[in-house]
Amino acid sequence: MGIFYFVAFLSIFFALMTIFTKNPVHSVLYLVITFFTFTIHYILLNAQFLAVVNFIVYMGAIMVLFLFVLMLLNLNKDTEPMKSTLVKVIGAIAGMCLLATFLGAFRVLEGQGELVTGNTDVGLVKNLGKVLFDEFLLPFELSSILLLTAMVGAILLAKKETKEG
Amino acid sequence: MEVAFIVEKLILVVIVFTVTLVIAMYSTLAERKIAGFMQDRHGPDRAGIFGILQPLCDGGKFFFKEEIIPAGAHKSLFILGPVIAIITACISSAVIPWGQNLVIDGRSIPLQVADVNIGVLYVFGVIALGVYGIMLGGWASNNKFSLMGAIRAASQSISYEIGMGLSLIALLMVTGTLQLGEIVAQQSGFVNWNIWVQPLGFLIFITCAFAECNRVPFDLPECETELVGGYHTEYSSMKLGLYMFSEYINMFVSSALMATLYFGGYNFPFMYDLGLSENWITIIGVLVFFLKIFGFIFFFMWIRWTLPRFRYDQLMNLGWKILIPLAIANIVLTGVITLIKDTYFQ
Repeated sequence: MGIFYFVAFLSIFFALMTIFTKNPVHSVLYLVITFFTFTIHYILLNAQFLAVVNFIVYMGAIMVLFLFVLMLLNLNKDTEPMKSTLVKVIGAIAGMCLLATFLGAFRVLEGQGELVTGNTDVGLVKNLGKVLFDEFLLPFELSSILLLTAMVGAILLAKKETKEG
Repeated sequence: MEVAFIVEKLILVVIVFTVTLVIAMYSTLAERKIAGFMQDRHGPDRAGIFGILQPLCDGGKFFFKEEIIPAGAHKSLFILGPVIAIITACISSAVIPWGQNLVIDGRSIPLQVADVNIGVLYVFGVIALGVYGIMLGGWASNNKFSLMGAIRAASQSISYEIGMGLSLIALLMVTGTLQLGEIVAQQSGFVNWNIWVQPLGFLIFITCAFAECNRVPFDLPECETELVGGYHTEYSSMKLGLYMFSEYINMFVSSALMATLYFGGYNFPFMYDLGLSENWITIIGVLVFFLKIFGFIFFFMWIRWTLPRFRYDQLMNLGWKILIPLAIANIVLTGVITLIKDTYFQ
């Protein structure tokens, strides 16, 4: 339990650092560390496959692309776009709404019977594969079609731009 | 029991670490010797017999060189770059099975640091992390050539990771496990090696391995003719040394991985027919495994001094338009063959 609280503290700490740091590249790096702490959480839950996929996909691929884009942008203080007051107010209200929703959801959850641990080996590759391709086959296939659609869309958008330009 | 376990793992870790570093060190010498051989000259031969002390001299030179951090550089990230590069290179060997069990005093000690459930994916994750070292170093140098090199490294490594992953999926369909220890155990003898069932997958894998290690013909991130020195243009002294070192360690680890996945790891022909005791089989197995690794390292160097460098668009075309479709075709083919075998020949 001690490890969990320590790692949870680290997650929140680095997540906050992501928001509060001024330098965008630092921000991305803190986000990478935050994802790394998530990987540790997954390992603590014995979800090895999820842990390593989180590691490869989020830390290894998506964040590299983020960093990639940020390095190409010339983000200096004077070129930093300032949001208008209206956008800031809307953002604050939206954030508050989200917080209220979460609080409400957790209040409902509170005290709803015993905590069910179930099968702790479900995160191992073999068990996860069996569950995914048997019980949850339809959602799995649907989400893969969704991803494929997104990919085709992205390529279509990129192609269009080069033709016109 | 617990203490003995920790002690034996610690000893193994130290040995693996030392061997990795020594092999990386002598790979630098081997590289120049092989270059000399290919170009019909001697190579370094002044320090010690056959230049055997040359890596030590190079190391000493790296340490005593002046350390320069450019004025416009982002200091902490500039230092962090090579640190990440060398750490990720060193930890990737943790899941490789170096040999069978060694029996000492009735205790059987597996010659593998961690036989985790997700062995292959672990190596992948660490490789994916390695690109941060290059990217951060290149960006923090505040030099356009470094930045170009870093960006090339990032896009190259992401592109080729996909091909590598897809070629591995076909292999995993054959082995049915991600555990490296078990993958090697399945390949005992000679005819069971995975190379015989996955030749195309191996070709894709080794091509991608060249790209992931930034080796010629895919060393665009440090292409001298275009980018001065690529991502490490601004680096000097031991920080440059760490970058070079991590490249050689990566080469060693990917050679070990290829030997493990496709060439039977520590298995050698007739290993159970010679009437040797278990410990002798293990010891010979470890030697055979290293022989295979050295073979692959030699192949890496052979290619380096044979092929010219690709152009960047050629590199991207090869990765996305040839290797990835080929790897997907390989997956389909493997699936069909497995299905036919299971239905008609079982």
